[in-house]
Amino acid sequence: MNWMKHMSLYFFLSALVIVPGLFSLARYGLRLSIEFTGGSQLTITQISQDPNSIAQSFKSYSPFIVDSNSNSLSLKMKAISQEEVTKIIGDLKKNNPNIKTTDFETIGPDLGAETIKKTLNALMLVSIVLILYISYAFKQLKFGVCAVLAAFHDAAVVLGSFSLLGHFAGVEVDLLFVTAVLTMLSYSVHDTIVVFDRIRELSHFNKTTDFESLANRAVTETMARSLNNSLALIFMLLAMFLMGGETTKFFALALLIGTVTGTYSSTFNATPLLVLWNRYFEKKK
Amino acid sequence: MSLSKPQKVFIFIALLVLVSLYIDLPTKIFNFMVPRPDIKIGNLDFSQSIPLSEGLDIKGGLQVTLTADMKDISAADRPSALESAKEVIGRRIDLFGVSESGIKTAVSGNDYRLILELPGVTDSQQALDLIGQTAKLEFALPVYTPGKTATESATLTGFTPTDLTGADLARAAVTFQTQDSQPGVSLTFKDSGTAKFAKLTKENIGKPIAILLDGDPITMPTVQVEITDGNAQITGKFTTEEAKALAVQLNAGALPVPVSVLSQNSIPATLGADSIRKSVTAGAIGLFMVVFFMIAYYGRLGLIASISLTIYGLVTLALYKLIPVVLSLPGIAGFLLSVGMAVDSNILIFERYKEEIRAGRQPKVAMELAFGRAWNSIKDANAATILTGTILFNPLNWPFLNTSGSVRGFAFTLVLGILISLFTGLVVTRNFLRLFYKEKLSTKDSTQKL
Repeated sequence: MNWMKHMSLYFFLSALVIVPGLFSLARYGLRLSIEFTGGSQLTITQISQDPNSIAQSFKSYSPFIVDSNSNSLSLKMKAISQEEVTKIIGDLKKNNPNIKTTDFETIGPDLGAETIKKTLNALMLVSIVLILYISYAFKQLKFGVCAVLAAFHDAAVVLGSFSLLGHFAGVEVDLLFVTAVLTMLSYSVHDTIVVFDRIRELSHFNKTTDFESLANRAVTETMARSLNNSLALIFMLLAMFLMGGETTKFFALALLIGTVTGTYSSTFNATPLLVLWNRYFEKKK
Repeated sequence: MSLSKPQKVFIFIALLVLVSLYIDLPTKIFNFMVPRPDIKIGNLDFSQSIPLSEGLDIKGGLQVTLTADMKDISAADRPSALESAKEVIGRRIDLFGVSESGIKTAVSGNDYRLILELPGVTDSQQALDLIGQTAKLEFALPVYTPGKTATESATLTGFTPTDLTGADLARAAVTFQTQDSQPGVSLTFKDSGTAKFAKLTKENIGKPIAILLDGDPITMPTVQVEITDGNAQITGKFTTEEAKALAVQLNAGALPVPVSVLSQNSIPATLGADSIRKSVTAGAIGLFMVVFFMIAYYGRLGLIASISLTIYGLVTLALYKLIPVVLSLPGIAGFLLSVGMAVDSNILIFERYKEEIRAGRQPKVAMELAFGRAWNSIKDANAATILTGTILFNPLNWPFLNTSGSVRGFAFTLVLGILISLFTGLVVTRNFLRLFYKEKLSTKDSTQKL
């Protein structure tokens, strides 16, 4: 099958997802959870209502119950001012006559700027090492570069989607999101290498065939495996997204988007990029 | 009776499964007691069930609030002192990067606090042991006041500090004296420290130098010669455990401020018990679907792959318990990714097998060829993932990469998972196929089914 004939369609499809995502990322950024930004923690005692309904009073600050019993609760939330706390506690007095705050603290982030910076450093190093390793294993620079470019494509898709989800649906990115992005990048490279391996193998046995035909054959031959493998993952993640708990729902979604784009990019981005590279840089051969 | 190679490997696999099962199983399943012999290896007691450590997000733990004593720190420097105290304590409690402890700063008015969240810790003494002392290391010259009479010996009355401190250390390690195998701590200085130490020893040949830890003299060796290579040893009143703890504390750096425990309380799972239960159910359903899919699509091959994946799960769980790995969601993600890649290895091999069959090869030849050819892609794909995982884990503790936290936990389980999956994919699956698939392959109907 001549997959590479429709190359521009594949790039167009990618752009259709990535451009709005990147625009949103530049315009609105990501909606960061308290794990990145830090916030406030307060302990409220002498409550007579259900802790959950007390937490609801702080709804606009995305509260999260750290600890609770019938008499008191500790809440973590976005940075809130002392005045605002006093005001909300005042309103709660109607139903909880003795309610009071015993502790009010500003807490720092779990995942500070330092951690993020270091993780990005690691990713940069990973990109360089992967380009070197793949280029070495496949004996040509283009394989390394294209595999890593495809991984960047996937990162853009996932980050972009979550920026859009954050802006329009209020979805926050948290510590687990960082894990999801790392997972997905590993998966993407893994998947791309499998497709590239087939090109490498075919080129050993067909020295005279042109690169584009080899790429087409490789894509055809790895298609069943690519689909089956990602289907296995998609089953798993879809189950976790649809039926899993609230707190891991968006983690599963990030992985799900990552799996789909990771599989797509190996066949429909990385391989066409190789073909393009071959067409423009190695024309004379 | 001599066994063929696949049979020998099979016996090895069976033993491995038994040992893993044994480690994985609780002591009691309903009313059935799992028999346990009285074996102890190091810290592991096989007569008890071995616990699986679960992270804060899944199991909860102990929250300890520390308050920092800022009286000696100028107001402007306090936030940065708190930050560096956080860094140091973070390194101490998370030495191997897999305990997934949480630590953050908390400021309320003039109170500077650190909130520590420790998985699997139940009492504050344990927490304090982890956090340790300030670990302020100083080199000082003892000051003696001469006795009143000529016969009375001089008494030690104080210390004159020198400019050489723990900040000049490159690293510390536990050593054992060769003569009496007494535990000690060896110190290696940075370049700055080496120069200072050389100067200090040169000026004090024949005199004692005191090494102070948190103000207390640990040892007062007498300088014999000028030491220019930047190495020193602290020996004296240590047990091996204390020497280890001190080396950890010195490597992590000294705390810039003294801290004390303000309060402690146990905290529930951050992800919520209900949410976890649902996710576990969903995960189980998902796994079941993967197995179902493999069997439906690949028939007997899929069944064999599923058995080998089960072995993969058992071995992984056993290793998690032995190492121990603190299981938290990022860790589980790393594990699931490696499961995905293990499934992928199987699919790669089976697809390859079908291709070889289509190319008209004998099933047995096709099987060996499929393993051989699929190995190329499995090798490179997994090597790339191991490289990624290793960089994220940062085994050499490079300062520009993470030295603690959940990213490390993720990377650890990922690399471990890949290594085990290579074993189950290439040894277990292959061996099972050689043993059990061989006879089936020769009959005609099964080849047509594939």
